[in-house]
Amino acid sequence: MSPEALVNRREFIGRAAKAGAVLLAGGGIAALARDPSGPGPAAPEPAASGLPDFALPDAGRKLCIVRSADRVRSLTLALQALGGIEAFVKRGDRVLIKVNAAFASPPLLSATTHPDLVSELTRLCLKAGAAAVRVTDNPINDPASAFALSGIGQAARSAGAELLLPEERFFRPLSLKDARLIRSWPVLLGPFAGVTKLIGVAPVKDHHRSGASMAMKNWYGLLGGRRNIFHQDIHTIIAELAWMVKPTLVVLDGTTSMMTNGPTGGSLADLKETHTLIAGTDQVAVDACGATLLGKTAADLPFIAKAAELGAGTADYRSLSPIEVAG
Amino acid sequence: MRIVTARRASQLFFFALFLWFCVAATLGERFWQLRGWPVNWLLDLDPLAGIATLLSTRTLYAGLLWGLATLALTVVLGRVFCGWICPFGAMHQFIGFLARRTRRLAVQVELNRFRPAQAVKYYLLAFFLAAALLLPREWMSSGSVQIGLLDPLCLAHRSVNLILLPLADRAGLGLAPLPRFYEGAGLIGAVFLCALLLNLWLPRFYCRFVCPLGALLGILSRFALWRIGRTEEGCTDCRRCERSCEGACTPTARIRIGECVMCLNCLDECRHDAIAYRTRPSAAGEALLPDLSRRGFVASAVSGLLAAPVLRLGGGAGPNWNAGLIRPPGALAEEDFLARCIKCGQCMRVCPTNVIHPAGLESGIEGLWTPKLNFRVGTSGCQHTCIACGHLCPTAAIRPISLEERTGRGGSAGRRPLRVGTAFVDRGRCLPWAMDKPCIVCQENCPVSPKAIFTREVFNPVRTGAPLAVTGTDGARLVLASAALEAHRFGTGDYHALLPGGLRLRIASNSADALDLERPLGGEEPPAPGSPVSILVRLQQPYVDPKQCIGCGVCEHECPVLGLRAIHVTAENESRSPHHRMVL
Repeated sequence: MSPEALVNRREFIGRAAKAGAVLLAGGGIAALARDPSGPGPAAPEPAASGLPDFALPDAGRKLCIVRSADRVRSLTLALQALGGIEAFVKRGDRVLIKVNAAFASPPLLSATTHPDLVSELTRLCLKAGAAAVRVTDNPINDPASAFALSGIGQAARSAGAELLLPEERFFRPLSLKDARLIRSWPVLLGPFAGVTKLIGVAPVKDHHRSGASMAMKNWYGLLGGRRNIFHQDIHTIIAELAWMVKPTLVVLDGTTSMMTNGPTGGSLADLKETHTLIAGTDQVAVDACGATLLGKTAADLPFIAKAAELGAGTADYRSLSPIEVAG
Repeated sequence: MRIVTARRASQLFFFALFLWFCVAATLGERFWQLRGWPVNWLLDLDPLAGIATLLSTRTLYAGLLWGLATLALTVVLGRVFCGWICPFGAMHQFIGFLARRTRRLAVQVELNRFRPAQAVKYYLLAFFLAAALLLPREWMSSGSVQIGLLDPLCLAHRSVNLILLPLADRAGLGLAPLPRFYEGAGLIGAVFLCALLLNLWLPRFYCRFVCPLGALLGILSRFALWRIGRTEEGCTDCRRCERSCEGACTPTARIRIGECVMCLNCLDECRHDAIAYRTRPSAAGEALLPDLSRRGFVASAVSGLLAAPVLRLGGGAGPNWNAGLIRPPGALAEEDFLARCIKCGQCMRVCPTNVIHPAGLESGIEGLWTPKLNFRVGTSGCQHTCIACGHLCPTAAIRPISLEERTGRGGSAGRRPLRVGTAFVDRGRCLPWAMDKPCIVCQENCPVSPKAIFTREVFNPVRTGAPLAVTGTDGARLVLASAALEAHRFGTGDYHALLPGGLRLRIASNSADALDLERPLGGEEPPAPGSPVSILVRLQQPYVDPKQCIGCGVCEHECPVLGLRAIHVTAENESRSPHHRMVL
């Protein structure tokens, strides 16, 4: 063997050092990453415990019913009767408007909150000094299409509101204390960041499963995930939503009501001019009153009694001596 | 400015334009979304799309006329399209350049040597064009357009639309509000990646050996008025020109005119003015094309001619049609559809709900990567007021239907909406049918009026173990003999108590041994102690009215039985084929 083929001491030590380093690194990584027991059951994500209370402490339970064919005028009259928008929105408030933008359907078909109400309400809030107005919903149909076709997106933006489409990062799990259904469930919490006032604006619609889709059912749009499993217990989920959400004000638009084929509608034949707009601080009472527009009573809609039982409001709307205004 | 700088600028421009068009092919209100951007223009410029559909349909649809411009350009100036315009070519050239630039001159020259296998693309072209040829009726076959598998513009659009943009979105580009999915994306991505990585072996591998459009333009470039070639004197045989020859067309010796992609690198490299772009033929002689064998040509053309009739023997476009294949609204009947679709993925990109997906083998090998609807994926089924896909389809495989045609509104009375299929309730999986659970999410979301999904109400007895007996009543409260019930379970508003005499009252709440009814027993006789009471669950069971159902799949999308949906759309009764009609 030639001398060159022999390993000299220096080379041997160098080689041994490298081999040692490789072993050491391998051993180190293995020791750091060692997991003798394997993965256990998935740990539940930390959940929020609820939403802030947006109800005004001194507003009391108020209800106003306006009869008019012009919904924007109705809104104006209703707010006047309730003490003006200034009674609800103060300078510097950040207002979140939760609309019903569930379907990619034009305003004409009344399956979604009317864009005129969105723009007028935004305008009024900003006029009252609100620092910002946000509009949001988690539609059933494709969100971008739903906000575009319903006209709500355009109305909100042109009136100066910020439109928040549901993005994955906006949903965080929420567990409502003592609730049966809202347990570790993804809720559209992102848009609530920094918000000081919450206004719900919903149309009056027939709903085959629950009987009616109105102000309380509107909060369904705050749920994420495969929320439609809650249809198996629809009345409880609506009641729990009303319990979870304590709005500053709700507006229920029954200027045109969807009497049949709800909640999607799809034809003018499904609609009826009921020329009524209900606004108030008690969402249960608002819905109890709204039920009459669909030819129903509060007793026909189990979710109303359930929500009242949970303390979300009163089912006997007449007990609040509603202010009735003729437009 | 050096001529190659101009070429690079042009390549960069068209590549950017291509990316821009892919990005813009979405619906929305933003400036970068569809608002008259000619997002199909590069596909329209592709004469292979035009010629293949011309052969298969004997018509040239709308924008495909632009292909003539490319033909004219090629006939006059050579394969300028390949070297200056084609965005896929630009990708290959760039990667190939990166891979070869550090190699020795001799190695680079060797990489860019002409190889006889460059003839393969001409055989592929012969196969694809023969397959597209519309045969007489007796052959039971319309043409089968398969160029989309390998056509560079179709492949590039498909890959960027279905692979790169969704990946970029996940990496934070944020174009789509929700992450997009495309079924079977793996294969499309693999083909794209292979095509690009082959450049590490040989520069412009795809262009030289595979590209059927390159072959078509290569054949046409024989007429080119101006062409690259060697001048009479000056050449020192240094072969620098061949170092960077993109087409591997041998400019120093007998140049292969059909292989020259007009990169003009040779012109730029030559320090002796021995290469020129001029009307005179090369002083070193010209060969128009690689040596094509008659045998090879006949074999590919004959197999192409036979491909469609043989594949159609499976009956997939006939009696053996796949009911699981839902085509987008406006798609032509299957045979006519396969005679047009170039698999470019534009419909899949523009679909606002991400419901259009590339098919696997649902429509046979022929239908690979053609559009189909997948209602499990996406944001909400196929929106019944959307007609975007047909208006983007560059070949009218999906017709540009009007909103009136889709919805059946307007126009003459009695018009029916367009149907892409029919929903079927799987009563073995549906919650109200099989599990005694109220649900009807499908009915709620059915978008047509009157709803195609309707319900019938039934009251089914609930399993409560031992029979229940009443011991007494107290107002609205029914006291039971045993404490056997789960508290609160029956207070959901869906449960009813059935009393002797057939009186049925809703249960408002319950404890272990009592039921609180919706109202006190009024005039009715209170049940005698010991008489039986049963608990019923009120169920609304869904049915589908095939006269109203349009197959939009919103019900299937929303069904809470997520794995295998309890309501499922199949292509039954789809409007596009009278043979698929199901009901009178």
